[in-house]
Amino acid sequence: MPYDPSNPLKDRLTDLGPRYYKDFFPPVIEKNYGKWLYHEILEPGVLKHVSETGDEVYTVRVGAARLISVEHIREICEIADKHCDGYLRFTTRNNVEFMVDKKEKVKPLTDDLKSRKFDKGSNKFPIGGTGAGVTNIVHTQGWAHCHTPAIDASGVVKAVMDAIYDEFGNMRLPAPVRVSLACCLNMCGAVHCSDIAILGIHRKPPMIDSEWIDKLCELPLAIAACPTAAIKPAKTASGLKSLEVNAERCMFCGNCYTMCAAMPLADDVGSGVAILVGGKISNRISKPKFSKVVIPFMPNEPPRWTSTVDAVKNILDVYAKDARKYERLGDWAERIGWERFFGKTGIPFTHHLIDDYRFAYTTWRQSTQFKY
Amino acid sequence: MLDELEKGPWPSFVSDIKQQAEKGKHVLKEAPNDFLGVMELSFQDRVTHWKHGGIVGVFGYGGGIIGRYCDQPQKFPGVAHFHTIRVNQPASKFYTTKFLTDLCDLWEKHGSGMTNMHGSTGDIIFLGTTTDHLEPLFFEMTHELNQDLGGSGSNLRTPECCLGKARCQFACYDTQETCYQMTMEYQDELHRPAFPYKFKFKFDGCPNGCVASIARSDMSVIGTWRDDIRIDEAAVKAYVGGEITPNAGAHSGRDWGKFDIVKEVIDLCPTDCMAWDGKKLEINNKECTRCMHCLNVMPRALRVGLDQGASVLFGAKAPILEGAQMSTLTVPFMKMEPPYEELKELILKVWDWWMEEGKNRERLGELIQRKSWQEFLRVIELDPDPRMIDEPRSNPYIFWKEEEVEGGWTRDIDAYRKKHQR
Repeated sequence: MPYDPSNPLKDRLTDLGPRYYKDFFPPVIEKNYGKWLYHEILEPGVLKHVSETGDEVYTVRVGAARLISVEHIREICEIADKHCDGYLRFTTRNNVEFMVDKKEKVKPLTDDLKSRKFDKGSNKFPIGGTGAGVTNIVHTQGWAHCHTPAIDASGVVKAVMDAIYDEFGNMRLPAPVRVSLACCLNMCGAVHCSDIAILGIHRKPPMIDSEWIDKLCELPLAIAACPTAAIKPAKTASGLKSLEVNAERCMFCGNCYTMCAAMPLADDVGSGVAILVGGKISNRISKPKFSKVVIPFMPNEPPRWTSTVDAVKNILDVYAKDARKYERLGDWAERIGWERFFGKTGIPFTHHLIDDYRFAYTTWRQSTQFKY
Repeated sequence: MLDELEKGPWPSFVSDIKQQAEKGKHVLKEAPNDFLGVMELSFQDRVTHWKHGGIVGVFGYGGGIIGRYCDQPQKFPGVAHFHTIRVNQPASKFYTTKFLTDLCDLWEKHGSGMTNMHGSTGDIIFLGTTTDHLEPLFFEMTHELNQDLGGSGSNLRTPECCLGKARCQFACYDTQETCYQMTMEYQDELHRPAFPYKFKFKFDGCPNGCVASIARSDMSVIGTWRDDIRIDEAAVKAYVGGEITPNAGAHSGRDWGKFDIVKEVIDLCPTDCMAWDGKKLEINNKECTRCMHCLNVMPRALRVGLDQGASVLFGAKAPILEGAQMSTLTVPFMKMEPPYEELKELILKVWDWWMEEGKNRERLGELIQRKSWQEFLRVIELDPDPRMIDEPRSNPYIFWKEEEVEGGWTRDIDAYRKKHQR
C-alpha cells in the first residue's frame, strides 16, 4: 500500500533502527568474522587481511569527497558489482573500500579505479589513505549546507587535498597524519584531537536584528547561551525588547547565534581559518591529546584558500623532515619543544596563542627549562 | 569560482554535482544547479547563504530531519527549501550494491540526489529536499527498505563503531553487535528528544581508536584485555631477521633503515615492560598499559590477550561551551557480551542523573565538571579508583562530608569558651 497523504499514520512503521550489519557482509567477511590473524599493506591503499581459516581478503581503499551524488554512488556500485560481487564499505574518514577474496582480482580492480576520471580530469577514485601517510580529511558542511560556518568545508578540503595529494598515495611520513576540518567552533567534525586541524572561526561579535529579535528568539535563552556572560537585555529606541552584546567579552563562539537567529556573526573579512596541530586519538605510545592553536587566523580565500593550503603544507613538510619514525606530530612538537616548533616552521608566535580561557594556567610553563 | 575546484587530482565535488545535474533522475530538477549557484554566491560573498534551521520532521519523531532554507530563495528556487535527512547507517558501513542502489532510487524519487557518505556522526545524509517529500520518503524507506532515520537535536545521536571483528585482528569485543544492540535498545531516546542536549555512543574495538570515541562521544567504549599479549617467538625472530615487513608495511614508503627491535619497540614502550635478549621477547604483562604500539609494529608476532572486554569512559565533547573534553576512564574493564546488561544499567544511571541535573544544552562532560567526579561516582555507584586520574589533587580543599568526621560538625561554642578565653 503506498503512502496515503490523507491518513499519514495508517500502517505506520517506526523505531525500526538501522539495517542489520551482517546482511551486508561479503561472504569472506561473514565466514571469517572474529578470526582475523594479521594484515599487511601491500602498497599504499591496498590491504591484505589473513584469517586463521587461511582465507584472505584484499581491500582497495579510495578517497571520496564526502559530498557525493547519487550518480557517483551508482558508479561505486557498478565497480563493486563488476569486481566485488556487489559488496563494499565506507570508512570513518569518508574513504570507500572495495574488497576481493583473491590476489589476482586486485590488479583489474585497481586498473579500473585508476582509469575513472571526472570530465575536467580529477580522479574519481584515488587509491591510498593507509599507513604512515595522510588519509582523507574528515569535514563538515561549510557553505554547502550550514547556517553557522565561518569558512567553507568541501572547497577548502579539495584545495588542501590537491596540494598534499602525494601523501595520500604514499607512506613516507614518520607516522599517520590525520587532517580534519570543522567550519565553526561547534565542530560537528570534532577536530580537537587531530594532527592538523583546519577550523573556521569568527572575529566579529554578533549583530543584533533589533526589530525582529523578540519575535524570533527566546531572549533569556540567548542570554544564558553566552559562556562569558557578555549578553544582556536592552531596549530599542522605539521601546522594543532587544539584547546588547558587550563586545570586549565576546570570544566569538557563536553559541548565541545557535540559540537565536537574530544574532548573525559570520562576516566576509571577520570570519576565517585557524590552524590547530598536534592532537591525536590513539593511545599508541603517548596518551590521546588535544590539538593546539598555532595559527590564530587566516582569511577566507575562495576558491583555493592559498594561505591555508600553504600553512598545512609547510607544517607537514617540516614535520616530515624533522620527526623520528613513529612520532606523531604532537609527540614531535613536545619533544623538540613548542619554541622549536615555531622556529622550525617559521610560524609567528603571537599573544593569541596563549590560553586565557577556562584552564589557561595549565598550559603556561612553570619551569626554567626552555630552549634558546 | 567553483570551476577552479574542478582542477587538481583529488575528486572534485563540483564536477560530481555537475554530473548529477546533467544525468541524474532526481525529482527536484533544479536542485543540483541551484545548489552550485548558492555555493558560488558564497564563494563570492565569503559567507554562507543558508538560513538558521526550521522545525520540520515526520510525525512521531523529534529528530532525524533538519530544516534548511536558502536566504536567496528568489535567485535559487531549486534549493529554497532544502532539508537534511539523517539515515541510520549499518554498523561499520558495509553495504550491498542492491541496498545502496535502492537508497539512491528512493532519494532521487524524493530529493536532490546529493548526499554525504557519511555525516560526521556516521549517518547516511540525504542533502536537500522539500517538506512535502518527507512523509512519503519516510513511509517508503520504512516499508520498502526496512530502514529508519538517525538522530538529531537533544537526543541519542546515531551510535557508531569501528569495523571491529569484521576485518581487524585487534578488536577486543564485538563492536558492531554492541553498536547495533544499543541502537535498537534505545530507539525511543534516539528518535524523541528528551535530553538536555545531544548524547553520543561510540564503540572502538581497541585502544588505537579508529572511530575516535575518546574524543567524540559522551560514552566511549574502547576494547581492551586483561591477560597476556600472545607472543609467537618465531614470528618475532622473523621480524628481527627481516623476513617479515614491520608495521604491516605502514612505513614502507621511506627507507628508515633495517628494523631495530630494541630502538623501535623495546625503547618506545611507554611502561618499559618489554625486553629482548637477542633470542627471546619478554613482556612483563602486569606493567603493560596496552598502548598497542608493539602490536601495531609486529602484528604477525603479537596478538591481543584472550580475556577481552572494554574500558568505558565518559564525557567527551567538542569545545562548545566550556572547552573541548576527552572522555575520562570510568570503568577500567567490563566484559562486553550480549545482552550487555551491565552496560545498560550504567547508561540508565548516567542518563537519569543528567536528565535530572543537566542544564539546557549542558553536555554530560560539563555536568560532571560542574558537579564533580566524586558526585558522578556516587550516582553511578562506583568506588574511586586511582586509574580514573592522572594524579591526585594538589590542592587540599577537600569537601569533607559530616559523616566522615568523627563526632560530626555540631559543636558547643560555650564549652569551647570555657577552655579558651575571648
